Amino acid sequence: MTVELGHFALVLALALSVVQSIVPFFGAQRGNARLMAVGDVTSNGILVFTTLSFAALTYAYATSDFSLVNVWQNSHSQMPFLFKLTGTWGNHEGSMLLWVLILALFAAAVSWFGGNLPLSLRANVQAVQGWLLLTFFAFIIFTSNPFQRQALAPEGQDLNPILQDIGLAIHPPMLYLGYVGFSITFAFAVAALIEGRIDSVWARWVRPWALVAWLFLTAGISMGSYWAYYELGWGGWWFWDPVENASFLPWLSGTALLHSALVMEKRDALKVWTVLLAILTFSLSLLGTFLVRSGVLTSVHTFTSDPSRGLFILTILSIFVGGSLTLFALRATRLEQGGLFAPISREGSLVVNNLLIATATATVLMGTLYPVVYEAITGGKISVGAPFFNRTFIPLAIPLVLLMPLGPLLAWKKGDLLGAMQRLTLVAGFSLLAMVLVMAFISPGKWLAPIAIGIAVWLMIGSFAELWQRAGFGKVGAGAGLRRIGGAPATVWSTALSHFGVGVTMLGIVVVTAYETEDAVVLQPRASVEAAGFTVRYDGARRTNVANYEETIIDLAVMEDGDLVTFARPSKRFYPARQMPTSEAAIMNFGFSQLYIALGEANADGSVSVRIWWKPFVTLIWLGTIFMVIAGAISLVGRRSGVPRKMKSPKAVPADA
Amino acid sequence: MRSLAALFLTVLFPFAAAFAALNDAQEERAEALFNELRCVVCQNQSIADSEAGVAQDLRAIVRDQIAAGRSDGEILDFLVARYGEFVLLSPPLDWRTILLWGAPFILLVAGGFIIWPGRRDTGDLKTMELNAEEEARLKKLLERE
Repeated sequence: MTVELGHFALVLALALSVVQSIVPFFGAQRGNARLMAVGDVTSNGILVFTTLSFAALTYAYATSDFSLVNVWQNSHSQMPFLFKLTGTWGNHEGSMLLWVLILALFAAAVSWFGGNLPLSLRANVQAVQGWLLLTFFAFIIFTSNPFQRQALAPEGQDLNPILQDIGLAIHPPMLYLGYVGFSITFAFAVAALIEGRIDSVWARWVRPWALVAWLFLTAGISMGSYWAYYELGWGGWWFWDPVENASFLPWLSGTALLHSALVMEKRDALKVWTVLLAILTFSLSLLGTFLVRSGVLTSVHTFTSDPSRGLFILTILSIFVGGSLTLFALRATRLEQGGLFAPISREGSLVVNNLLIATATATVLMGTLYPVVYEAITGGKISVGAPFFNRTFIPLAIPLVLLMPLGPLLAWKKGDLLGAMQRLTLVAGFSLLAMVLVMAFISPGKWLAPIAIGIAVWLMIGSFAELWQRAGFGKVGAGAGLRRIGGAPATVWSTALSHFGVGVTMLGIVVVTAYETEDAVVLQPRASVEAAGFTVRYDGARRTNVANYEETIIDLAVMEDGDLVTFARPSKRFYPARQMPTSEAAIMNFGFSQLYIALGEANADGSVSVRIWWKPFVTLIWLGTIFMVIAGAISLVGRRSGVPRKMKSPKAVPADA
Repeated sequence: MRSLAALFLTVLFPFAAAFAALNDAQEERAEALFNELRCVVCQNQSIADSEAGVAQDLRAIVRDQIAAGRSDGEILDFLVARYGEFVLLSPPLDWRTILLWGAPFILLVAGGFIIWPGRRDTGDLKTMELNAEEEARLKKLLERE
C-alpha cells in the first residue's frame, strides 16, 4: 500500500511540476503577481510529494519488500539495517529519485529564502526549476520507475558488495547536494538571461548558493575518494577515472564560479562571465549524470545500463545545455558590464584564476570524453588515463597555486604587485628553507619532490599573509593584533582557510606520491617479513560467516624494533548472492601517515599474499578538504550575520560602495 | 614464446617480481612504465594497480625486457604492437590526438588574448578617475557621513 502511495505521490509531483513550468513564467511575462506567486505553492507541494515518494521507497527497502523489482534486485533480507536504508540510493532508480528529491529541495528553498527577490526574477527562477523538475520526474516515471511491482520473491539479489559500506551512506547524498545545488545558480543565470538584466541582488543571491553547492560537492568528492582508497584495496585515492572526473568537473568550474561571483558581488564586474560559469557548472553536473547514468562509461557507479535511458538523458542534456547556451549567445550582450579595474588588482588576479581553472576544466573534460568520441568516429580504442591528466593538469595547477597567496594581498581596482610580493618575502623564505631541508635530509639528489613540497609550504603559510598583514603585530603589539585577526571579516578568514586547505591537500598528495613504499610479499604461517619499516608477522587465518557474506580474516602482528605496535586484520569477503569478492584493507594511523595492508590471496599451502604500503602524510589529502569545507561554512555564516562585510583595512580602496 | 614463458612463470609464481632480478635503477624504470600501461581487461587501472592476470603478465614482460636491456621506447613499441594503442594510458601525440593534447595550450592562449589588458577598456585607468563634478559629489557624500 505504501508503495502505491509513493508511486502516486511521484505522479502528483510530476503534475505540479507541469504547473510550475508554465504559470510563473507567464505571470512574469504579463506582470501578473498572482500568477507569479504560484511557484511558491507548487515548489513546496512538489517537495512534500517527492519526500513522501522517497520515504515510501525507503520503507520498502527497510522492510525488504521483495515484491518491488527494484528492492529485489538491490537488497537482501540479511543485510545490516543501515545498508538496507542506504541501498535505497545504491541503484539507478533510487539514486535518481534522490537526485530529484534534492532538486525539489533546492526549488523549495527559493520560495523559503526568496522573499527579498524581485517578483519577476523569482518567478522566472522557479519556472526554470520547474522545467528541470518536470524533465527529471518524466525521466524517472517513464524510464526508471522504482515502484514497479512483481510477484513476491523469497530473497533479494543483494546490493553490490562494495557499496555495502558506511561511505556509501553519506557519499551520494553529499555529492548530489553539490551537483544539484548548482541547479539554483543555473536557474538564476537562465532567469537573468530571460529578463535581459542582472543586478546586485542577483549576485548577492547566487554566491551563497554556489557556496552551499560547492561545500557539499567538496565533501562528497573527498568522501568518495577516501571510500575508494579504503574499499577498493588498491591503496589509490584518485584514479582520474571518468566517473571521478564527472564530479571533479563541476567542482572545478564551481570553484571558478565562486571566485567570479565574488568579483561580481563586490565590484559589479565580470557579469557575463559569471552567468556563463553558472550555466556551465550545472551543465557539467548534468553531463556527469549523463555519463554515469547512461552507461556510456561503465563503472561501479553505473549500476545498470539501458540504451533508452541513455537516449533520454542525452536529450535532456542537449535541451538544457544547448538551450541555455543559445539563450546566452542571444542575450548576453544585453547585460551591461560594470566595475572597471586595472590588470594588477584583486579582480585581475581573480580573472587569471578563472582562466587557469577554466582551462584545467576544459582539459579534464577533453580527456574524459576523447576516448568515447574517438571510438565513435574512428572505431579505434585509445586510453586517456592518469599519466595524461597528470601531464596536463599539474602544469596548469602549479601557476594557480603559486598565485593563490598573492591574489588576496592585492587591493580591489588597482593593486600594488611589488608591495604584495614584498609582503610575501618571509613566506618565500620559509618555502625555500623547506625545499633545501627536504633536498638535504630526505631525498638527496632529487629535485621534483622538494620543489613541490616547497610550493605546498608556500601556499600553506602564504594563505595567512592577509590576516598577518591585518594584524600588524609589529605596529600594535600582540594583544591588539590578535583582536584585529579575530575581528577580520569572514571572507578574509574563509579565503585564508580554504587556500590553506588546498595547500594541505597538495602537501599530502606530493608526499605520498614521492615517498610511499609498496611491498608485495608472500607470508608463511608464523613467519615474518620486513616492510615499510616494520616487521610484520603472520599469526594465522580465520573464516567466519557474517550475515550476507563469508569472510576470511588474517591476523598479522605489526612490530617495530621487536616491540608489538598493533595487530592488523585485513580480510577478504565473499558475497554469495552476487558471487563477488571484496577486500577489506587494514589501515593504521601513525600521525598523518598510514600503514595500509591489503590481503591478496590466501593460498592453498597456508601462505598468504599481502600488499603492504607505507603512505606518508596521506591523511592530509582529506584533511585539507575539511579545511575547505570549514572555510566555506565560515563564509556562509559570516554573511548570514547580516552586516554587509566591507573591506575595512586601512589600505583599502575607499570607493567600495 | 617469451609471453608464454612469462605466463607460465606468473601462474607458478604469483609474485613474479622476485624473478627478473633488476637493480634499483631498473626497478625504478619498471615502476614508471607500470604506471603508463593499462591493464587491458580492467576498468581503468594501470598494471601497477591491478592484480589481474593480464597485469601480472604485463609486469613480467616489462621486467623481462628491461633485464634484456631494451629501452623504455622499445618496450612500449613492443606492447603497442601487441595490444594496440589502447594499452598506453597517455596516448602519443599525433594528428589524431592533436586536439586532446593541444586543447590546454589553445585555450590558455585564446583566453589570455581575450583578457589581455588593453584589449578592452576595462584596463583603461583613465576612466576610473573621477571628473570634477563627481569629485564634488563624492565630497558632499563624505561630509554628510
